[in-house]
Amino acid sequence: MSGSAVPAASMDPAFDRAAVEAFLIHEADLIDRRDFEAWLALYTDDCRYWVPLEEDQADPQHTVSLIYDDRKLLETRVRRLGHPRIHAQAPPSRTLHTVANVIVEPEPEDGRIVVRSSQIVAEYRQNRTRLFAGRCTHRLEAQGGSYRIAFKRIDLIDSEGENRGIPIIL
Amino acid sequence: MWTTERIADLVQPGRVHRDAYTDPAIFDLEMERIFGRAWLLLGHDSQIPRAGDFATTQMGRQPVLMVRQRGGGVSVLFNRCAHRGSTVCSAAKGTVTQFVCPYHGWTYGLDGALVAVPSPAGYPEERHPQQAGLGLAEVPRTEVYRGFVFASLAADGPSLGDFLGPLISSFDDLVDRAPEGEVEVAGGVSRHAYDGNWKFVLENHLDTIHPRYVHASSIAAANEQDDGRPTDGAGEVAVRQMRQNGAPNELWEGIGLWVAGGGHGYMADYHDDEKLVAASDDPVHVEYQRRMEAAYGTARAREILSVTRWNSIVFPNVSFMSQFGQLRIVRPIAAGRTVLDTYVFRLKGAPEEMFRRAVAFANVVNGTGSPVLTDDLEVYERLQTGLGADGNAWVDTGRGFGRDVRDGDNGLDRGGTGTSEIAVRNQFRAWAEYMTGTGATEAGGMAVAAE
Ligand code: FES
Ligand SMILES: [Fe+2]
Repeated sequence: MSGSAVPAASMDPAFDRAAVEAFLIHEADLIDRRDFEAWLALYTDDCRYWVPLEEDQADPQHTVSLIYDDRKLLETRVRRLGHPRIHAQAPPSRTLHTVANVIVEPEPEDGRIVVRSSQIVAEYRQNRTRLFAGRCTHRLEAQGGSYRIAFKRIDLIDSEGENRGIPIIL
Repeated sequence: MWTTERIADLVQPGRVHRDAYTDPAIFDLEMERIFGRAWLLLGHDSQIPRAGDFATTQMGRQPVLMVRQRGGGVSVLFNRCAHRGSTVCSAAKGTVTQFVCPYHGWTYGLDGALVAVPSPAGYPEERHPQQAGLGLAEVPRTEVYRGFVFASLAADGPSLGDFLGPLISSFDDLVDRAPEGEVEVAGGVSRHAYDGNWKFVLENHLDTIHPRYVHASSIAAANEQDDGRPTDGAGEVAVRQMRQNGAPNELWEGIGLWVAGGGHGYMADYHDDEKLVAASDDPVHVEYQRRMEAAYGTARAREILSVTRWNSIVFPNVSFMSQFGQLRIVRPIAAGRTVLDTYVFRLKGAPEEMFRRAVAFANVVNGTGSPVLTDDLEVYERLQTGLGADGNAWVDTGRGFGRDVRDGDNGLDRGGTGTSEIAVRNQFRAWAEYMTGTGATEAGGMAVAAE
């Protein structure tokens, strides 16, 4: 590599792959520790949290999704997770998020850093363990030395499968 | 050994024996006597618009496919090669010019006729498969009503019209709401599953007591939601529906529950368009009304839009509602396992924003990750687990028992109140008729049955 030009993106701290990866790990850690309020605080006011139904689904407005939350619905989702009579999470799931294959795209979108990653979530509840494997796309806003999430899309490999309810945060 | 007498004993006035939900031998009999006889909804012909388009599904446990013919009709064929039995399609949907079996290449036309086998000289003439008339067998009966494709595994039985009875008007309600008088499946087919009996979901969709308990967490979370927070519309639709589940008891008591012969039923007078859409001054609704009046004339448009039907159940495999164009097909897998295929309809000629709202509504009622649906699914699984207990073998269906009333001569009975368990009793009445072979779809009769 010596002598060749270093790509401009890697000079910009906003595009620092290590920092971005550390941030995604931080997000995963908040979910697995069930600190959903702190997790929600990572998201911007215009955020979207989206688990599409179809592979390469173009948009969340004209095709149904497993989950499609704007800020309002995401707040309701998180508030519900703290409610004592949430049957689908009584007892709560234990989850383990593993984030890998992090790729920071060279070009931002809408002024936001685009990050692609693989995510495997293991869930244990009521004597059963399930796996949710998916490709993730984050759009991150650099803010105050860290990031906020404007968009998270999780394309589960079995999104069109016959799944039991998915009450956890992916 | 399930004799007719023993099966008949499972359904008693105001109670049902748990074996109806848990016994694998009963499930096998249900597949034969209910799913093997009733008209089953398989989908909608808009899923297969062009010749060669197909969609695969199941009737009971049997693999079938529906395929658009070159002449424009829809056929339902068993997805089973005439040679040694492989399925001929594995995809959920697709387009073919012919069906080619993956095993030895037997090839079939869209109508199921065998058009080629490899090395035909290998057969003695009298055993040649084409001479013998082999092919993809057609399901005994298929009928399409306003695009809805129904089929029956039984060669004889009531016509589709007789089977649906008064429930045919629920399909009309859905289709008539389209300014162009047609609906189409759009927005994908999503699936979800639960480890519980298939009857739970049909009971639940006409169960007006459960929302306050099952959905307590989403109701509370939605009630506390700040309306001023940012939404692109989807969250708005979802939060409103969650709050609606928390409606006061008087509202639920006032709801109309109607049942018909064959186990069918519907819920109405739930909430009308005025409450459902943001308001009657909602510009999307105003534009929709304008288009409806232009298409049907003012009086007829008003008449169509004044129908306030909510969930309709066509026993044994359909639950749907017209106001947001939603439909679910119930696929029993085992006594303790059920899959639902969920559909959204676009009302042709209606403002596109209405379809976007229907998609947002589908996400909250059918999305596998929905804060509402996940609690229903959890409870179905708890039912299946709880019914494993020997201590109390009976499920109680007595709410409103003896207070159901005959609703004129329209073939409908009505629950004395909106929280009656009339729908469960009626479904089990049909269940017992199918399972014991004592007539299938006599209209009405709940008031009689309650005596
Ligand atoms: S099983 Fe189909 S060709 Fe042999
Ligand atoms: Fe429910």
